[in-house]
Amino acid sequence: MSQPRQSPARSIAAHAVLILWTLIALFPVFVTVVNSFKSKQAIFTQPLALPGPDSFDLVGYQTVARQGDFVAYFQNSLVVTCLSLFFVLLFGAMAAFALSEYRFRGNTLMGLYLALGIMIPIRLGTVAILQMMVATGLVNTLTALVLVYTAQGLPLAVFILSEFMRNVSDDLKNAGRIDGLSEYRIFFRLVLPLVRPAMATVAVFTMIPIWNDLWFPLILAPSESTKTITLGSQVFLGQFVSNWNAVLAALSLAILPVLVLYLIFSRQLIRGITAGAVK
Amino acid sequence: MGQLTLSGVTKSFGPVEVIKGVDLEVADGEFCVFVGPSGCGKSTLLRMIAGLEDVSGGTVTLDGREITNLPPARREIAMVFQSYALYPHLTVRDNMGLALKQAGHAKAEIRAATDRAATMLSLDALLDRRPAELSGGQRQRVAIGRAIVRRPKLFLFDEPLSNLDAALRVQTRIEIAKLHRDLGATMVYVTHDQVEAMTLADKIVVLRAGKVEQTGAPMQLYNDPANTFVAGFIGSPQMNFLDSGALGLSSHSAGIRPEQVRLTDGPSQIRGTVSHVERLGGETLVYVHTEGHGLLTARLFGEHDRAVGSDLGITFDPARLFHFDKAGQRLR
Repeated sequence: MSQPRQSPARSIAAHAVLILWTLIALFPVFVTVVNSFKSKQAIFTQPLALPGPDSFDLVGYQTVARQGDFVAYFQNSLVVTCLSLFFVLLFGAMAAFALSEYRFRGNTLMGLYLALGIMIPIRLGTVAILQMMVATGLVNTLTALVLVYTAQGLPLAVFILSEFMRNVSDDLKNAGRIDGLSEYRIFFRLVLPLVRPAMATVAVFTMIPIWNDLWFPLILAPSESTKTITLGSQVFLGQFVSNWNAVLAALSLAILPVLVLYLIFSRQLIRGITAGAVK
Repeated sequence: MGQLTLSGVTKSFGPVEVIKGVDLEVADGEFCVFVGPSGCGKSTLLRMIAGLEDVSGGTVTLDGREITNLPPARREIAMVFQSYALYPHLTVRDNMGLALKQAGHAKAEIRAATDRAATMLSLDALLDRRPAELSGGQRQRVAIGRAIVRRPKLFLFDEPLSNLDAALRVQTRIEIAKLHRDLGATMVYVTHDQVEAMTLADKIVVLRAGKVEQTGAPMQLYNDPANTFVAGFIGSPQMNFLDSGALGLSSHSAGIRPEQVRLTDGPSQIRGTVSHVERLGGETLVYVHTEGHGLLTARLFGEHDRAVGSDLGITFDPARLFHFDKAGQRLR
C-alpha cells in the first residue's frame, strides 16, 4: 500500500494525539502494575515512582499466594469467560447466518429484537435473573454465570456478525448448494472462515466485560468454590482497612490471561475493524 | 440426454411478479442464451432452473423428470457463477472434486475425473494451488472445470465473462464454444451482452421485464425481429428507427440496420449533418443528426473521411426496412 505524502506538521500532530491517548489509556495499568511491586508505605508516599531497591516488595504477591485460593479463582474466571465466549460466538453466528441468509416473515423485526439487547443493560433484570436462578437451583454455580454472560453477549454478536455475513458472496453459498453441501457445512466450512475477522472483533468486545465483571459473580455465585478473580480480589478490600499490596498484585495477575486472549485475537481484530474502512 | 422444458414458469417476490409465465424448450445438446437488459429476470430464471430460487408457478422438467421442487444438488446440473465462487480454503483439485466427494464417489474415480477436466482446460500445472493464487481467467477456468467434473445433464452459466477484461473475454468465449462442441452438452447461458449471445448461441431467448420477447437462432432474430425491442437489442451498433410518417410510409415506425445505410452527396431520402465519426480501422461509424429522425448511425466498411458538421444525404433500400406498428410489433 502506498501512502500519500503528508506534511510533517500534520503527521507530528496526529502522532502526538495518538501518543497522548495511549498514555492516558495505559496509565491506570501502569500504576497498578508498578505499585503491586512496592511496599505499602511506598505506595502511599510515592504512588508514581518506580520500585527502587528500598521500596521493592513482593508482599502483595505473597499475600495473594497465601490467602484465598487464587488458582481456583483464575480457573473459574477462565472457565466462565471461555465457555461464554464459545456460546456467544456459536449462537450469535448461527442467528446472524439465519437473519442474513434466509428470507422469512418477520426477518427484519427479529433482527431488531435480537439487537435490542445492545441498548438495554442486562443488569436492569438482575432481580428477575436471581429469582430464575434460585428457582432452577443454579445459584452458586458457574453455569449461572455462563448463561447470563451468553445472553449479555449475544445482541452485539448477532448485530455485528449479520452485517458481515451479508457481505459473504451469495454465489459461493449457492455453489456449495449445487455441489451438495448441507446448510450446516455451508455455514461452518464456507461462511465462518470468511467472517473470522468479525468473529475476533466480537470475541474481544465480549470477553473483556465478562472477565472484568464483578456484579453477577457477587450476586449469582459468591461461594468460595465459584468465585471469579475479580470477586476474589475483593477480600483484600475492607470497609476500614484495605490490603492495597494484595489488591494490586491480584489485579496485575488478572490482566495477564485476558492479555493473552487479546493477543490471540488481535491480528484478526485489526483486520475486522479495518475491513469496512480500508479497501 | 439434457432436454430442458419450462412450462408456465412464474416467480413472485411478495406482490411483485418478476417472471411472468415463461414457456421454453431447450433441446438436448443445444446452447441456449438468455439475453436482456439488467433487471429483466434472466438471472432469476436461471437460478430457478438451478433450484436456488423457488418456483412460484409452473414446472421445470429435465429429461422428462420434473425437478421443480428438487434441491439443487439432486437436479444433475452444474453452474458457473459470475464471481467464480471458488471455495477459498480448497485447492484447485479439491474445488473441482468436491461435488463428486459429496455424492460419495471413490477417490480414484474423483481423481480421474478432475485430471480429465484439468487437461481439457489446461489447468494441470495449477491443481495444487489455492484460488487466491490464480488470476481471474484461471479462476474462471477452474469454475468451468468444477462444472465439467460432475458430468451434469445441464450446464448453467450466469454471466461468466463479466468479470474478465476484454481480451480474456474473447478468449474464454471461444473456449466455452469449443467446450460446447467437445462435450455436446446442453447449456443455458445468461448474459446482458448481445455479442456473447450472438457468437455462442444456437438459440437466443430475449427477455424483457420477466417475459420472453422472442426466441430463435441468432441470425433469425437479427434478420427477422418480432418487435422494436428485439430489433433494437440485437445488433451493434443499434438499429436506426425512422419516423414512417415523414417518409410517407403507412407503418408507425421503420427500422434500418446501420450497415444498410448509405451516405451520399447526391439526391437522397433524408438530409442530415455529421455529428460524430468513429474510425475503427476495418469499419467507420458515422453518426448523422437528422431533422425528424434524430441521430442515425451509418456503418461503412473500410476507412472513410467525413468531416464533422458537413451536410450529406442518406439513402437506403426500402426493401431492407423493418416496419413496426404503434405498439412496437412488427408488421409483415
